[in-house]
Amino acid sequence: MNMTQISDDDVQHLAQLSNLQLGADEVASLRTDLENIIGYIQQLDELDTTGVEPTYQVTDLENVWRDDVVDNYGIDKASLLKLAPAVEAAQIKVPKVL
Amino acid sequence: MSTISDFIGVSARENVEKAIAKAHESESFHAILSLTEARALERADAVDRGEITGSLAGVPFIAKDNFLTLGGTTTAASKILENFEAPLQATAIEKLEAEGAICIGKANLDAFAHGGSTENSAYGPTKNAFDQERVAGGSSGGSAVAVALDIVPFTLGTDTGGSIRQPASFNGVVGVKPTYGTVSRYGVVAMASSTDTIGVLATNAHDAALIMDIISGRDTKDATTLPDFFTPTTIEGTKKIGVIKEAMTDDVDPEVRAAADAYIEKLRAAGHTVEEVSLSLLKYALAIYYIVVPAEISSNLGRYDGIRYGRRAEAATLTELYGASRDEGFMAENKRRIMIGSYVLSSGFFDAYYLQAQKVRTLLINEFNELFNTYDMLLTPVSPTPAFKIGENANDPIKMYLEDVMTVPASLAGLPAISVPAGTSAAGLPIGVQLIGKRRDDAALLALAESME
Repeated sequence: MNMTQISDDDVQHLAQLSNLQLGADEVASLRTDLENIIGYIQQLDELDTTGVEPTYQVTDLENVWRDDVVDNYGIDKASLLKLAPAVEAAQIKVPKVL
Repeated sequence: MSTISDFIGVSARENVEKAIAKAHESESFHAILSLTEARALERADAVDRGEITGSLAGVPFIAKDNFLTLGGTTTAASKILENFEAPLQATAIEKLEAEGAICIGKANLDAFAHGGSTENSAYGPTKNAFDQERVAGGSSGGSAVAVALDIVPFTLGTDTGGSIRQPASFNGVVGVKPTYGTVSRYGVVAMASSTDTIGVLATNAHDAALIMDIISGRDTKDATTLPDFFTPTTIEGTKKIGVIKEAMTDDVDPEVRAAADAYIEKLRAAGHTVEEVSLSLLKYALAIYYIVVPAEISSNLGRYDGIRYGRRAEAATLTELYGASRDEGFMAENKRRIMIGSYVLSSGFFDAYYLQAQKVRTLLINEFNELFNTYDMLLTPVSPTPAFKIGENANDPIKMYLEDVMTVPASLAGLPAISVPAGTSAAGLPIGVQLIGKRRDDAALLALAESME
C-alpha cells in the first residue's frame, strides 16, 4: 500500500476547506488519523474499473416531478427566525464579512 | 420484553407514566438524552379521552435524537445543536403520531450518527444493556438499549452503514434497515444522503413489521422516497439463502461464527436451503464507504455554521465565526469525517478516490445482483465481535470502522437488511445475524425472521 504523507500544513489546508478552526492540540492526532484512513481507502487502486459506470444513487427513480406551487411546509418566517442566535429587525445578524 | 400489543387497549397515561418511570430507573445506562414528558402526558390524556385514535393509540416510543420532534430539543448528540428546538417534526414521527403513538423522549447516539459505539456522543456513552462496561453499539445505541431494557416496545433509529443493525445485535433486539427510499428522510438530521435510511428497533420481527408498515411510503418532502410497497407478510414456502463466506472467516470471533452456524442449522431444519456463496468485493466495501460517506458528510454538515440556528461562537469576523462555531460544536470524529470528505473531493484527488469508489460501488451492486439471480436472501454475522469494552477502540478509527465491515455492503447497494438475535456469547453478550434481501423484499426478510423466533 503506498502511504500518503500528510503534513501539518495539509491538515490546516483541509481544515480551511472544511471551515474548521482547529486547536493546536488537534492537528497532530488528526494528521495521524487522516494518514491512516487515506492509506486504508487507497486499496481501491487495486481494482480495474475501466469502462465501469459510477453509481451515484440507488433509488431506481428518475426525474421526480412536483407541481410548481409554493409549499411552506407548515413553517413560518417567525418560527425560523426564533432559531437564529442573533436577530435584528427581522434579519439574522452576523459579524462584518470583510 | 414487552410487545406493542401489551400497550394497546389500556390506559395511555399509565403506559406513558410506566415508560417514564422505567427511563428514570435506567438512567445509569444513559440511553436517553431527554424526556418530553409534558407533551407525552398531554397526548396520553387525549388518547384516554378518545380524542386521539389509531392503531397505535397510547403506545409509547422513543426516537433517536437526530429525528426532529416537538416538545423538546433535537441535539443529534452534538454541542452545536445543544439547545436546538425543532419547529417541525420528521415525517416518520408525524406518521406514528397520526396512529396515536406517543414519543416520550430522545435516544443517545454518536454525534451526527458518526460512529459505531455511541461513545462519540457529546453527552457521554450509552452502556450496553447486558454489561455496563461495554458499548451499546452505534450509532443508534440509545435506541437499541431502550428496547432491550424494556423502557418502550419500539424505537426509531437511522442506519447509514450499520447504525441500526449493529447496536440491535449488541443488545439482543431486532433492527431493520429498509431498502433505500422506503421511509422519508424529511426532518431527520442528514449524514450521507445516498445511504441514509430510517428504520425501527423492536423486540420481535412482527412488531418491527407493524411499525415499518406505518412509517413507510412516498413523501413529497423527500423526492427519493419510493411508492409504498411495504406490506407485512408471512413466510411462503422455503427460501434459498446464501451465506457469504467472506463474512465467516477466521477474522470473525468464533462465538459470532458459532451463533451464525446455529441459526443456519435452524433454517435448514425448517426446510430452507442454505449454501455458501462468495461476495468477493466484501473486503472493499468499507473503503468505498469511507470515501462516499465522508464526501456526503462534508457537504451535509456544511449547514452548521452558527448563523441561522445552533451554537454560535464569539468572533470578530464571519470567517472566524464559522471556524470557531464548528470547532466547538463538532466532536473529533465529526471533524475527521468532514476533512476526509474535503480531501477526497479536492480537485486533483476526485477521480482517484470519489469517482473510483463510485465505480467499485457499481461492481459491488453487480455482484449482489448476480447472487440474487440464484438466492432469495443472503446471511452474514452483523458484526465481527460481540459488544466490545468502552474505550477499547477509541484511539483507533480504522479498528472502529472495521466493526461495520458486514453491514456497509447492503447500505452501498441500497438493499434491505435486518439484524435478528441469534444467541449469546459465553459471557452473556447477545449476538445477531444479518439477513440481506433484494430491493423491496423488506417484509419477506421480517417474515422469515418471525418464522424462526
